[in-house]
Amino acid sequence: MRAMVYRGPYKIRVEEKDVPRIEHPNDAVVRVTRAAICGSDLHLYHGMMPDTRVGTTFGHEFVGVVEEVGPSVRTLSPGDRVMVPFNIYCGSCWFCARGLYSNCHNVNPNATAVGAIYGYSHTCGGYDGGQAEFVRVPFADVGPTVVPEWMDDEDAVLLTDALATGYFGAQLGDIVEGDVVVVFGAGPVGLYAAKSAWLMGAGRVIVIDHLEYRLEKARTFAHAETYNFVEHDDIVVHLKRITDHLGADVAIDAAGAEADGSFMQHVTAAKLKLQGGSPIALNWAIDAVRKGGTVSVIGAYGPMFSAVKFGDALNKGLTLRMNQCPVKRQWPRLFEHIRNGYLKPSDIVTHRIPLEHINEAYHIFSAKLDGCIKPLIVPNAA
Amino acid sequence: MAYTRQRPSTGESPDELRARIPGWGADLDPADRPSVPKLQLHDVPGVDWDFPERQPEHQPRERSIEHAFLTPVFGTTCPPRGLSGAVRRLAYRRYSEGRAAHWLLLLAADRVDAWENHLRSFATLRPDNPITETGVRSELTRGGWSSRFGRKRADTAHQLLDPVIVAGPWVAVAAAALVAAKRARRR
Repeated sequence: MRAMVYRGPYKIRVEEKDVPRIEHPNDAVVRVTRAAICGSDLHLYHGMMPDTRVGTTFGHEFVGVVEEVGPSVRTLSPGDRVMVPFNIYCGSCWFCARGLYSNCHNVNPNATAVGAIYGYSHTCGGYDGGQAEFVRVPFADVGPTVVPEWMDDEDAVLLTDALATGYFGAQLGDIVEGDVVVVFGAGPVGLYAAKSAWLMGAGRVIVIDHLEYRLEKARTFAHAETYNFVEHDDIVVHLKRITDHLGADVAIDAAGAEADGSFMQHVTAAKLKLQGGSPIALNWAIDAVRKGGTVSVIGAYGPMFSAVKFGDALNKGLTLRMNQCPVKRQWPRLFEHIRNGYLKPSDIVTHRIPLEHINEAYHIFSAKLDGCIKPLIVPNAA
Repeated sequence: MAYTRQRPSTGESPDELRARIPGWGADLDPADRPSVPKLQLHDVPGVDWDFPERQPEHQPRERSIEHAFLTPVFGTTCPPRGLSGAVRRLAYRRYSEGRAAHWLLLLAADRVDAWENHLRSFATLRPDNPITETGVRSELTRGGWSSRFGRKRADTAHQLLDPVIVAGPWVAVAAAALVAAKRARRR
């Protein structure tokens, strides 16, 4: 089969690989029909995530058709059109039994601090991902769901991570009616978080970024008030001024490890890999939220330490909430919102690129060329 | 404002927000939010085991020393090999996830792994191409200049480092090889 293969930092190519095998009785093999590149894939691409091995296939956002199932699989059959959450999870450990699907203890031998994620380094379990023609899907009876007939593949693939994560980020904010919510990062997850904040009753939603075309999307897609931090000497002071010097009730970090806004932070983290991530957005969130407010972190960070302003968080009495999204838990409600017309996930897709050109897709997304917000990958066998 | 007890007005009433924003307030009641309540014990649909059947371990699989045993299911792609594999095995065998040494060794192994594979690729019919593999062609076809300049972007300053990170080690290796070849010829 054809598959995207990592060759080292900033370098990928498409290679011929063996079609994955059933390795456990509850495995399935899925033929991928649509995959996406996630902002967090860029951390792998840039060599930031420890134990990202040459030869790995990335891709934790994908949908497809079941090709083969293991002997113990009861709920799926070959031919089923399925959407697969980015979390690999057993459904039976201490954490899964309490709804923490993203923190499963039975699927990632390499680390206890993170669950398993498709195509996301050996630190996240050493599984190949879905930017390929076929992918192995463990615990086929637990994670995947048959895509509802009324849902198209492009909406479904965005539910496997980006939309579910953005919506989850708004939930972590414990928004109450009339809250002022500020979202740092107008990438796919930030756009969905902003949109979701309204569903939870926010009174005002503010989005911060430095890419004008993404801020424009935040205004039209997410109905948000937007500010370009480059235009302000100090974005935190600006946010205080526009919130009557109180600060936002809820701040959401939807930028994560490669946030811009401080040259030194970015270079030490993203370029020199001396931190687990550059916590610029997180520090702005801590400073811009009001005392006693809530900071929700859904931007991805690596396992190394980062220079976070913890003293401010303590002194302000903040609630910090964060996790990788337990995706499948969000789906029933998100399906309703999509059916009701409140959300149209695929409205943010800007690029559809054949798998054979995925090296260019990564560069376009990474360098923010051509107005790129969300690139989808179309495998040859789709 | 912050200096008095009143909550500042956001300017729009709930009715105005409902009229302007599709779905406003649909999840106003926390009970409608899927992640509420937290940590409630429940049966996950599709699961009919207490502990999953174990995936066969065809070759020794490295694991965190914070785990009691090899997890019943695991990824099998790219097992450790070569010098990078030795460094990775050391990182897993010796250091917990709480130690910086664990992660720094893994990051070092990643760099070694890339060069082991670059060198190995030169013995194949498809050697690594550090130019095409970066997808840099899209700079010409997808508005490399017009996307960046005059756009008030904060990332253009550090993007200049990307070519140094990508090409620097290749240039250094090529220069070292050239020097070594010249010395060998002199002898």
